[in-house]
Amino acid sequence: MIHRIEIATKPGIREARGEHVAAQIRRYLELPVKRVRTRDVYLIEEVDPLAQAISSSELQRIVQHFSDPVLQIGAIDRIVDAVSEVVVAVGYRPGVADTVGKSAKVAIEDLLDRPLTNAVQIYTSRLYLIDGLSTEQAQRAARDLLANPVIQTIQVSSYPDWLEREPERAVPRVLLGDTPLTVQIDLSGSTEDLLEISRQSLLALSLVEMETIRDHFSGSGRDPRRTALGLSTLPTEVELQCLAQTWSEHCKHKIFNAEITYREEGGAPEVIDSLFDTYIRGTTEDIDRNLAANEGGSWLVSVFHDNAGVVEFDDQVHLVYKVETHNSPSALDPYGGAMTGIVGVNRDPFGTGRGADLLINVWGYCLASPFYKGILPRGLLHPRRIRDGVHQGVIDGGNQSGIPYGRGWEIFDDRYLGKPLVFCGTVGVLPTMIGDSPGEVKQSNPGDLVVMVGGRIGADGIHGATFSSAALDESSPTQAVQIGDPITQKMMFDFLIAARDRNLYSSITDNGAGGLSSSVGEMATQTGGARIDLSKAPLKYSGLAPWEIFLSEAQERMTLAVPPDQADELLALAARYDVEATVLGRFTDDGFLHVTWADENIAHLDMEFLHSGNPKLCLEARWRRQCFSEPAARPEDCQETLLALLSRPNISSGEAKARHYDHEVKGLTVIKPYSGVHNDVPAEATVFLARHGSKRGIVLSEGVNPFLSELDPFAMAATAVDEAVRRQLCAGAGLDRIAALDNFCWPDPVLSHDTPDGDFKLGQLVRACRGLQEVCRSYSVPLISGKDSMKNESILEGRKIAVLPTLLVSAIGQIDDVRTALTLDFKMPGDMIYILGETGDHTGGSEFFRYLGERDGRHGELGKSSPYLGSKPPTVDCDRTLPLYRALRGAIRAGYVRSASTPTKGGLALALVRSALAGGLGASVDLAAIAAANDLDSDVTLFSESNGRFVVSVSAQESRLFEDCMQPAPMYPVGQVDPGTKLTIHRDGRQLVSLELELLRTQFKRGLADA
Amino acid sequence: MPERTVRHPKVRVLIPTGLGLNCEIETAEGFRLVGAKPDCVPLLDILNRRIERRLLDYHILAFVGGFAFGDHLGAGFVYANKIRWKIYDRILEFIEAGGLIIGICNGFQMMVRLGMLPGFDGDYRTPSVALAPNDRLGYRDAWIQLVADDKSPCLWTRGLHKIELPARHGEGKFVAGSQDILQKLEENHQIPLRYADDLGQPTQVWPNNPNGSAAAVAGICDPTGRVFGLMPHPDAYLYPFQHPQWSRRRYSGESAVEEGGLSIFRNGVAAVSDRLTSATPATPVSSSHGVD
Repeated sequence: MIHRIEIATKPGIREARGEHVAAQIRRYLELPVKRVRTRDVYLIEEVDPLAQAISSSELQRIVQHFSDPVLQIGAIDRIVDAVSEVVVAVGYRPGVADTVGKSAKVAIEDLLDRPLTNAVQIYTSRLYLIDGLSTEQAQRAARDLLANPVIQTIQVSSYPDWLEREPERAVPRVLLGDTPLTVQIDLSGSTEDLLEISRQSLLALSLVEMETIRDHFSGSGRDPRRTALGLSTLPTEVELQCLAQTWSEHCKHKIFNAEITYREEGGAPEVIDSLFDTYIRGTTEDIDRNLAANEGGSWLVSVFHDNAGVVEFDDQVHLVYKVETHNSPSALDPYGGAMTGIVGVNRDPFGTGRGADLLINVWGYCLASPFYKGILPRGLLHPRRIRDGVHQGVIDGGNQSGIPYGRGWEIFDDRYLGKPLVFCGTVGVLPTMIGDSPGEVKQSNPGDLVVMVGGRIGADGIHGATFSSAALDESSPTQAVQIGDPITQKMMFDFLIAARDRNLYSSITDNGAGGLSSSVGEMATQTGGARIDLSKAPLKYSGLAPWEIFLSEAQERMTLAVPPDQADELLALAARYDVEATVLGRFTDDGFLHVTWADENIAHLDMEFLHSGNPKLCLEARWRRQCFSEPAARPEDCQETLLALLSRPNISSGEAKARHYDHEVKGLTVIKPYSGVHNDVPAEATVFLARHGSKRGIVLSEGVNPFLSELDPFAMAATAVDEAVRRQLCAGAGLDRIAALDNFCWPDPVLSHDTPDGDFKLGQLVRACRGLQEVCRSYSVPLISGKDSMKNESILEGRKIAVLPTLLVSAIGQIDDVRTALTLDFKMPGDMIYILGETGDHTGGSEFFRYLGERDGRHGELGKSSPYLGSKPPTVDCDRTLPLYRALRGAIRAGYVRSASTPTKGGLALALVRSALAGGLGASVDLAAIAAANDLDSDVTLFSESNGRFVVSVSAQESRLFEDCMQPAPMYPVGQVDPGTKLTIHRDGRQLVSLELELLRTQFKRGLADA
Repeated sequence: MPERTVRHPKVRVLIPTGLGLNCEIETAEGFRLVGAKPDCVPLLDILNRRIERRLLDYHILAFVGGFAFGDHLGAGFVYANKIRWKIYDRILEFIEAGGLIIGICNGFQMMVRLGMLPGFDGDYRTPSVALAPNDRLGYRDAWIQLVADDKSPCLWTRGLHKIELPARHGEGKFVAGSQDILQKLEENHQIPLRYADDLGQPTQVWPNNPNGSAAAVAGICDPTGRVFGLMPHPDAYLYPFQHPQWSRRRYSGESAVEEGGLSIFRNGVAAVSDRLTSATPATPVSSSHGVD
């Protein structure tokens, strides 16, 4: 029996959702829609004929309660009072998480005062009643705006046809056939056979890896411990799938750990044994040693071996920080993929140590322009849809989790058409002590129970780890997409915090990529084995094969190691919080990951082979500096250039989207993401309290500039670290406790037939690692965590569209007292303005040159570089910058500095504009001293993107003290803050810019306003 | 941080948590800073009667902001439904006994769904107003200005004239079930807070009125003034340095004279405290005949 309910907005009540959809159809699709009204449809399926049926009076009550008496009307079957021209019905495909259906079930249970268990399933869908469109036009609106065919179904009919038909009652039930428990995979065939098995089963394993697995089993298969279990010299499907995911690029970082033969500019080849060990871990270990040798000691608590990095903060908590990417799923289903990105990364700090409280989210997206008008790779969505969906996914995921965002940014370039990059991160605070042991210590012991908590397992997200390790094409598997359910996760965290504070578990990790196979496999390394029974795992529906259960990436789940004597209390606490917790098995020390289905043995994997058996990659890398042309002629008029730059998407204010994210839930936000008199200028860095009752603060910033990677990835990396550190200083952070995370998103850097320039891309990676190391080491900024994502490209008409090699450096710093935090807005008329640091000709890769390239109509062919990249990327000379930073830190600490901003994209001009707009105050600036000192043209002075610089303001009374404090660092007094509302910039008496703030503000907010 | 804490050791505040609610930490801190003793208790424990203290042992019940059940099926709907069928009788007893209730954002949405507000003539069960999706669709977090009605019986807004707070919601557009209801709210001065423009006048213009609320309604109270719900977050303005302009105010001299959202918590706690210290028993509810 299937009941159907429709809920609609009452006639006469304004329907914001329908109006919003209509406006989007008009604006984005340019279709002549007149009106859109929407309805919510609930299908209530009674699955079990033996269970108590829902009576007709009960159904009446449900309809009555589901429709708000003030706002809505509802009806059984269908509402018939409204007429429209076309009806579009959008539902979910089978197996796609339907969180609203889940909540509807809770509401009905409360209303009927009886549990519905699995006897009742509820499915939701939505109707759009549209006027002004033909059915063909409505089809297009459905496909291009209202629904994503990857996860949703679409039905379009004319209203009369729709009315004539019986109300639709088809439910997207998941129907799975019976699957055999254990299949053995025959690996005895030819090379081609092995590769075919890898392809067919979506293993993403190379031939060498397949052969290694074959050889392992043909040897160990004769081990009596294996034969006694009824297993053979052939791996089972569960074993092969588990190995494939554990050895995936996503989990094993094979490229970062490869042996690389590197040649630069025709020089002698060098062998690099693991980029990770050499440049990332190596850098941090050096810094850690130096810190430990100094007074005060090292403040690193736990780096590289857990789910996130941990550093000291105060006597009560440590800081935990992790940034992840969720690129491939976001390309296919931007909303669900990005939501999974944010709620997924939340589980990393929670899975660090014995569990951190989640404090702040961060996000950043590299996307193709929302205004893109060219052709799209087949199967991919328009960049505007990707952008809207990604934002909405992270908005809903973060807001519903009750976690404010601290940083948010966007970068646009059409090469991100190949794959959008979706960075999501979370800062947590880990209690320094939990019970009587340090919070960062996690130690599962043999005999501890394997307990899975949170959501149930479904077919969603199978092969996510292996899928993200391959390029996107039209046949990319849609089951790799999951949709996060922040409320289920929030309830799980509420329970886990209570369990943590009662010290009820000894270890915890999250079920992310690879699901149980990854979490149990990883935790079992501590004890040396585990034995679990997959038949105990709670499922959303029956019919999943054991390997699917083992690998499913169904969200909102964590795995715990629970001492047996605490299991009862833990399970009782879970029940009290209405969270499912299931004992799946025990951790052992016999050296094997042993998986059963009840009494049947379906996997028995040698832990050593599982985690260390994968063959090391040996790769070739080369790099040669590339030069690009410079603009033939540059405009005379700096003012015109400034106005044009302001409205470019890479510079323009992103406030319109950012306002939809909560930035102050928890009540700990001190410097908000947007600041200034109109709260519309992005802050250089943000500042948060770690808890109420303390004044010590957390400072967040980042540096990212992928446009430099084409000129020199070393410069990109050095610039990113420098920018992140400068932003920290601008907010008042100390220099002594800045830690950073590295997130590399690269196009495939492995030389192959499909990737003939793979060795160059790997060379770019080597250069980036070297730049990162050099500046981190000089500034003593340890890299405490990171992630790499290596196959960011797609195929368009047989051609590869690869993303720009992109490195994000996310910095987390500390401030002793948040009341000393600094903002970028000019504060008072009469304050002196100084430019600190040297300006040089660093126009290479600048926003200025890319603007000129587009202005001259010299668009690069899609996938190729901008024509005017130039040849002079910014550099970082740490011997010069560091003394300046120390002096500035001293001046800020002494209280002399009233505002600080730092030139990044758009250069000095943009830094001045931002401080003026934020202050709502004009300024008079003369660049004569700077231009003369460096022998620069005026436009280069204004728009060059040299690193190591600041724009600060100081009260006139304190200017002498400030200058004394800064000596002998390069420092240029260039003008003062004005009481008026005009920004004027001169050079030697010649006026370069004279603009009203209002015009500057309009331009600054225009670029993305209609995106 | 305000050091002017007055101790009201006897004022106990119950803050239900869980199920997707998320503003309990700052709301509890707000009450703590004005001297009350807040208890954060999982709502499931309250629904399943697993708490030591009775509801009537508390003086204030605070329904915090968040996304109970993801606001699926409409903000506050599943949440209100749970309260209605499991513990509403006990809450009505609490109101009748003179208890104070504040609902912020999601808490306010829930109260309106239940009919706890506006509470005309002691009827706390009939929903007659709603909080609909914002005219400009979607969640938005921005600070707004509010102007208070000094004739309102609301105990929570006594002495307030103007206050700035962040509005952080996607469904906050106040809709009255009829013109009569709106008129009655106005006549009874049951609209203690309205969205205001820069001149302090109630406004219908975005973004000062962030959601298109009728009559610029930001919060309403019951006729006794003890039960109060509002969309903006007093819990987000406990310290001067939470104001978006705090770092400018250091130099301009216009230091934060108002104490922000704390004043609302202080009013509620003071109202209880006055009653506790005065010998007279609690003022009875104006009319409880409508309570079934």
